[in-house]
Amino acid sequence: MKLDDLLSHSSEWLKGSGPNSDIVISSRIRLARNIMARFFPHWADKTQGDETAGIIYQAIQKVEYLKRNTYFKLSEMDNVDKQFLVERHLMSREQASKPNSKAVVIDDDEIISIMINEEDHLRLQVMKSGFDLLDAWEIMNRIDDALSKELSFAFSSEYGYLTACPTNTGTGMRGSVMLHLPALVMLRTIDKVLSAIAKLSFTTRGLYGEGTQAIGNFFQISNQISLGHNEDEIISNINGLIRQVIEHEETARGVLLKQQKTLLEDRVWRSLGILKNSFIISSQETTELLSMLRLGIDLNIIKDTDRRTVNELFILIQPAHLQKLESKKLNSQERDIKRASLIRSKLIK
Amino acid sequence: MLCDVCAANPATVHLTEIVDEQMTELHLCEECAKNKSSEMEQQFGLADLLAGLSDLGKGAIETKESLKIKCSNCGLTYADFKKVGRLGCSECYNSFRKYLLPLLKRIHGSNKHYGKMPLVLAKPLKTKSDIEELKVKLQKAVSIEDFEEAARVRDIIKKLENSEPKDKDTP
Ligand SMILES: [Zn+2]
Ligand SMILES: [Zn+2]
Repeated sequence: MKLDDLLSHSSEWLKGSGPNSDIVISSRIRLARNIMARFFPHWADKTQGDETAGIIYQAIQKVEYLKRNTYFKLSEMDNVDKQFLVERHLMSREQASKPNSKAVVIDDDEIISIMINEEDHLRLQVMKSGFDLLDAWEIMNRIDDALSKELSFAFSSEYGYLTACPTNTGTGMRGSVMLHLPALVMLRTIDKVLSAIAKLSFTTRGLYGEGTQAIGNFFQISNQISLGHNEDEIISNINGLIRQVIEHEETARGVLLKQQKTLLEDRVWRSLGILKNSFIISSQETTELLSMLRLGIDLNIIKDTDRRTVNELFILIQPAHLQKLESKKLNSQERDIKRASLIRSKLIK
Repeated sequence: MLCDVCAANPATVHLTEIVDEQMTELHLCEECAKNKSSEMEQQFGLADLLAGLSDLGKGAIETKESLKIKCSNCGLTYADFKKVGRLGCSECYNSFRKYLLPLLKRIHGSNKHYGKMPLVLAKPLKTKSDIEELKVKLQKAVSIEDFEEAARVRDIIKKLENSEPKDKDTP
């Protein structure tokens, strides 16, 4: 598989299906793993780092579930290609920033990705559409077991999997759920929900992870604690919290429909109007408008556009995706024009 | 404007609350807002997660000497770790154990792993000493009647013992 092949089919997590997919975009499990006694990526020199990457890729090749994969060496990729993988959530921004000995392995279905030499030797990720952390965990657990037969994972019976940063020690697991919460934002109750989440030692981030702002009413909620609870407990804790947040959003949507229906319809239809009639549009504005359009679809206000089309647009309108679609470099103004024409072509039938 | 709840103090916190599908604006004083937010935590039903965090555990006192401790495997010093926030290798966990244990407790509310383990453990030699160490722990737990801990340690010992012979026949 080549990078460009990814462009023509859409990621599994964008399908817009799965449990609670009107509110939950995707569920993701990430595991941090390291090889016993080998220097962690930030502390290793280039020779050792490259050697680590080689050992890991050899092991991956032996794992049945990972047979159909593609190996991308970061030092051999240009910036647009790196950004492209970040936009698809197959790689972190940190992985894209310093290419030294770094690589990413992506399975052909785009459900599994493995970052090599990020903060830890391995960062395994499984991503599913909708609210389904358990399913993601089952896939992950099998891969982790299989890899643990091929690699000597750094593990202590006392504090579990040993990671470069003590915040990941133990299970090395981070479960994240991406939610679309436009009604809580519109009713200005979101801050209350977010501060309650923070008090329970969960973190909230925007669409693109660490340090990103919540745009388009997307919020990614993850566990902060990885030690002292087993994997099932961590997942059920996140699930319990997410169910509450879903309930709050559902209630808020009910309130909007009941008390502010005209205002809501106005915002939804205006958003669709602008999207269908723009010739120059920024990614920020697009994301905000697509969020309203999605809410309109979820509340059955708009019936002739499907969720998947909108989900895909969220990613296709990102800078690197636009440039891959056009197969050339575009400056910011050219992108705004290309973005508008792409949106029109997808939304006007 | 006075607080909606106590009607005594000036309202400084403004909230939108949804009760029975009705949106209501709440204007609260700081004191009542605090009570309100702890009410929310209860609602979220996960407040027990917080319980672990309050028990910070007494850490070893860091001195100038402690900063000079060096990992025997990778050469990272404790001062390096404090600077970059990253350890150098898995052996660092042994080298800086005294300081990491309280740190882990502070971060996670616990410094004991209850999750899964690798199918094949990394170092068979180390496993033996691990088991010995764990057996001592098991005895200690039983003697102080901490049966939950005892059961946990027994599980780990069982898994370790079972994993040993497998080490040889990896493909
Ligand atoms: Zn008051
Ligand atoms: Zn070390």
